[in-house]
Amino acid sequence: MEKVITGKAFVLGDKIDTDQIIPAEHLVYSLSDPEEKKKYGYYAFSGVPLPESGLPMGHKPFIKGDNYQSEYAIIIGGGNFGCGSSREHAPFALQVAGVKAVIAESYARIFYRNCVDGGFLIPYEGFEKLNDKIKTGDDLEIDISANLVKNLTTGDEFLLKPLGSVVSIIEAGDLFEYARKTGMIAKG
Amino acid sequence: MGMTITEKILAKAAGKSRVTPGESVWLSVDVLMTHDVCGPPTIDIWKREFGPEAKIWDKEKLVIFPDHYIFTANTHAIANVAKLRDFAKEYDLPNYYDPGTERYKGVCHMALAEEGYNVPGTVLFGTDSHTCTSGAFGMFSTGVGNSDAAFILGTGKIWEKVPESMLFWFDGEIPPYLTAKDMILQIIGDITTDGATYRAMEFAGPGVMSLPISERMTLTNMAIEAGGMNGIIEADELTEAYVKARTDKSYELFKSDPDATYHSKYSYDLSKMEPMVAKPHSPDNKDTVRNVQGTKLTKCYIGSCTGGKLEDFQFAAKLLFGQTVKTPTYIVPASTWVDQQLDVETVNGVSLREIFVKAGCTIGESSCAACLGGPSDTFGRAQDDEVIISTTNRNFPGRMGSKKSAVYLASALTVAASAIHGVITDPRDVM
Ligand code: SF4
Repeated sequence: MEKVITGKAFVLGDKIDTDQIIPAEHLVYSLSDPEEKKKYGYYAFSGVPLPESGLPMGHKPFIKGDNYQSEYAIIIGGGNFGCGSSREHAPFALQVAGVKAVIAESYARIFYRNCVDGGFLIPYEGFEKLNDKIKTGDDLEIDISANLVKNLTTGDEFLLKPLGSVVSIIEAGDLFEYARKTGMIAKG
Repeated sequence: MGMTITEKILAKAAGKSRVTPGESVWLSVDVLMTHDVCGPPTIDIWKREFGPEAKIWDKEKLVIFPDHYIFTANTHAIANVAKLRDFAKEYDLPNYYDPGTERYKGVCHMALAEEGYNVPGTVLFGTDSHTCTSGAFGMFSTGVGNSDAAFILGTGKIWEKVPESMLFWFDGEIPPYLTAKDMILQIIGDITTDGATYRAMEFAGPGVMSLPISERMTLTNMAIEAGGMNGIIEADELTEAYVKARTDKSYELFKSDPDATYHSKYSYDLSKMEPMVAKPHSPDNKDTVRNVQGTKLTKCYIGSCTGGKLEDFQFAAKLLFGQTVKTPTYIVPASTWVDQQLDVETVNGVSLREIFVKAGCTIGESSCAACLGGPSDTFGRAQDDEVIISTTNRNFPGRMGSKKSAVYLASALTVAASAIHGVITDPRDVM
């Protein structure tokens, strides 16, 4: 596991559901085919209405042009991030787009589990609402051992909630690596 | 200290005498369900992680219902179903329900009930957030992603954090203008879309136990819309009769102890409740139908695992009998069994199908259809800036296919009443 995550912030509002993260019509693409899976990056956050895409100003596409990778690596969300369907395509799409971590006020259960068990990205919770304190494009640095996010653009620092009991799965990489490490399943 | 029904079932599945909310436990899974959207990636992860020697932990316990993107020309969607078909063939799976054959069932949550996979006291996981529906049978059921499902496929086990329980108690008898959909929209509006995150939602009281099975399923179905891990209703004689008619699997009845601990308790008097809607763009954006009546509509939709069950069509047919719809109205039976029942069940001696056709409704084939938008050729899909009233469960932006559309969620009674007038209408005004 990386100790420090750096990247530009992409800021969103409350209740970003999985249809906004990856609209249902795109769920038909293969997640294992190396070319086809790029589509998930290309369409990541394409369901977010433009005025709410990249706050506070909005109207900032997460993906520019024909790319499948975003210039933003850290998502700042509000409450109930990832609510809606169980589709693991959602954290997968964010991973393909280059997202390393999400910092939200709270998460929907299945999205949170998927991030951790699938090893796609780290789902952090803030102690306070951060999507009105960080702006899209700000340079951020997350210090994982200190549970701290620094805003390099403004100099602000915010403590994050410790990852708790799932930290052993995050450290192992994903649920399967965790199970191999602990002897639950045979080493591959 | 007593335990809730959810805690008792999880304790049993964890092989413990008791569990406490907040504790993480490894559960033995009784049934794993998947479908055409999440099945193929689940299989890929399972093969990748367990290698060429990968074994399915128990074929009898794996159930696959393709249901999401079935009636479409989209080549990717067709390839996904083909992948499931090949997988079922390769591993000689007993519980695969292939589209295009007699075995095809329609929407997975309805099919789980109809085919006897919902068994009181058991633990069921599915790669679909509405897997919580099965909780109406006095069992623990919840949705998981592909990695978790792949892990279960290989091991039969999964970790879960024991949820705190919330109790929703209903007194009184349900009035004829009210349905389970109104009850659950009221609750979600009261507690919001994350009001039950990581918790169990337990529905109880005489007002719940007097509901038929499919109406109980409407309550548990939408637990996820409040963020709930699971929805649950104790099994009673009605449940037992339903289950026994469909499977000879043994079952165990669990009940919450009188001194069980709840995170919170809510109580409702059915005689005082109103027909409800969830306004665009969130299932917790509640209002009474009265407050939004007159809103002009471009489409009415009755379908999905929430609102496409037989009771929903019986509600709708009572109002649509002898009427003509003013707004294009789409009907999608949740399962092929429900579809067949449209010819069997009658109102005033006329079959439900005939009532709908005569009223000018369009009837589609059983599947998820426009409930989640789907490929561009999906039946009933939202176009452009439509204003839709629907018996489905989600109205987040774009859910039914168009980001610009506005979707109101309501009961089948309210949708049928609204179809007659072309504007949102309280069912009491046409009854
Ligand atoms: S009908 Fe809708 S809610 Fe139900 S399983 Fe299908 S897409 Fe999901």
